[in-house]
Amino acid sequence: MVTKANKQNGGAENLSAAFDFACPTADTAVLTLFGYWSTHRLGDVDDDIRKLESLTLRSIHVDLSALRGLDTAGAWIIHRTTKALERTGAIVTFAGIDSERQILMEAVAKTPDVEAAKASDLNSSVVSSLFEALGRSVAEFGTDFLMSMHMLGSTVRGAQMKLGRGHGIRPAAIVHQIERMGMGAFPVVILMSSIIGAIIAQQGAFQLRLFGAEIFVVDLVSVLVLREIGVLLTAIMVAGRSGSAITAEIGSMKMREEIDALTVIGLNPVGVLVFPRLVALVIALPLLTIVSDLTALLGASLVTWGYSGIPPSAFIARLKEAVDLSTYFAGLIKAPFMALIIGIVASVEGMKVGGSAESLGTHVTAAVVKSIFVVIVVDGLFAMFYASINF
Amino acid sequence: MITTNKGNDIVIRVRDVCVAFGSSKVLDDLSLDVRKGEILGFVGASGAGKSVLLRTILGLNRKQGGIIELFGQNLDEVSDAQKILLDMRMGVLFQHGALFSSLTVAENIMVPMREYLDLSPELMRELARVKISLVGLPQDSADKFPSELSGGMIKRAALARALALDPDIVFLDEPTSGLDPIGAAAFDDLIANMRDTLGLTVYMVTHDLDSLFSVCDRIAVLGDKKVILEGPIEQMLKSELPWVKQYFRGTRARAISGARPMAETN
Repeated sequence: MVTKANKQNGGAENLSAAFDFACPTADTAVLTLFGYWSTHRLGDVDDDIRKLESLTLRSIHVDLSALRGLDTAGAWIIHRTTKALERTGAIVTFAGIDSERQILMEAVAKTPDVEAAKASDLNSSVVSSLFEALGRSVAEFGTDFLMSMHMLGSTVRGAQMKLGRGHGIRPAAIVHQIERMGMGAFPVVILMSSIIGAIIAQQGAFQLRLFGAEIFVVDLVSVLVLREIGVLLTAIMVAGRSGSAITAEIGSMKMREEIDALTVIGLNPVGVLVFPRLVALVIALPLLTIVSDLTALLGASLVTWGYSGIPPSAFIARLKEAVDLSTYFAGLIKAPFMALIIGIVASVEGMKVGGSAESLGTHVTAAVVKSIFVVIVVDGLFAMFYASINF
Repeated sequence: MITTNKGNDIVIRVRDVCVAFGSSKVLDDLSLDVRKGEILGFVGASGAGKSVLLRTILGLNRKQGGIIELFGQNLDEVSDAQKILLDMRMGVLFQHGALFSSLTVAENIMVPMREYLDLSPELMRELARVKISLVGLPQDSADKFPSELSGGMIKRAALARALALDPDIVFLDEPTSGLDPIGAAAFDDLIANMRDTLGLTVYMVTHDLDSLFSVCDRIAVLGDKKVILEGPIEQMLKSELPWVKQYFRGTRARAISGARPMAETN
């Protein structure tokens, strides 16, 4: 046990916080404080003075007369130290406390000693936390599914919840959303599809050249693009572009209680906010898919012309042989389903946004990741379905 | 109209400040002094530029002309390091609290401490508790997020954050708006109490006549792009300027000023 400690003996001109601790006898002590005990200067002194709290003393005299400044942080440290010593049975006397410091000490003394009990965390071993996470995600999947069905149902039901015209289709809102989600996505879809089409054509031509079957690159590109790549890439792009926007819009409206305002006015928030976006997506995504298909084929034909020397006329002639209308529709039919998935997942995530900016970010990310995931899974299911019906 | 400069007593000195947004002038040659240890109430019609002046003093708006001095230092001439030292001496309570929504109340209070000071996490946590009790919040609100608090609690939590570094000046932007009368009165008491215990200087933008009558030492009236009147409440009541007369002697003000002497005799 420390009987005599002399720490950071602050000179009279020293502005930083300092203290001097002396023990004239074994169980009495004198604590003299120097300098400015303010929030800005207490970082160094706190660790040292905390050690005093473990001492057992009969009496301690705290001398503040040499102290040049005190604020709540300084007062708190003095209060904490003396309270800890009082609990061990020491008698604390003060010197140099004027009325101003007295008020400060009293204000600080009102702070409760114990911290509020935190929410008791369950005893969690590795195994139980693993199962907990699994259980939570399963339960969350269930509520997500119910919410999605709720969205779909409310959308079909329309805007009004109470008495009203019965249906709430607002053409202006739908057209506005089509412009934002469809027209706005044109440039990026065109750029991406033409480049992907060109890359597939070049890679295909390079491999098929080994077999002397370079002309079949047209079959490869056209079937692949029309059945799978065109619609899938467009859906992923729209999920990233419009899905995130839907979640952010609905989520920030949720944060500012605008959704509650709609409900109170007697409108179904899903019908007002989700319905136009969902209809717009269902119209826009097939249109974007058509653009994507055409530009991918255009990119492919340019590459086969330049790289393999197949002229566009030969490309088109071969295209007629390779694909028919069913190939084209096999891809296009998937587009409205993917639009529904993107719109509903994004809206569900938007409705789940809580009060903080962080939760908005979390749910926008979740919306994009989940909708891309579900879009790819559904694409796989379509492929299996087509295979089994020989489409 | 410019009060005699008593050297160090004046903590905020605003001289001939002009602020314009585009072609519309909001403040024109405005001058104002705030003295050490006083509570200054700043009033004016909605949209007159009260918040603009506040933001200009805080450096959030650009001014087209004039001088602003804080603690005797001209804000246009201070270095970045000095500016940070000045910032550490100021606390701001924004109108809507402006608490960081992804941090708990205690974390919100610890943000300025963590940024500026070299304190142990344990001490920061303790100081956050001290501030929480100082502003009259229950301790269990420390681990709550701002979205879980009521409007009055958000104001208190925001005040606790403004007081985190034990500032010399606090700027309050409509601190009692949206509070119930009891909560607003408690908030006024709290601010007066803080001024007494911590020696704060308070610059308060407010529309609350109760606050103006009960806690403000001096009141400055903004009208016609400048301070048209400043002084204690008695001076406001005597003024014959039409807007001031209407503001302090209108029906709502009469009810309060009439009730006050009675309340004091009880």
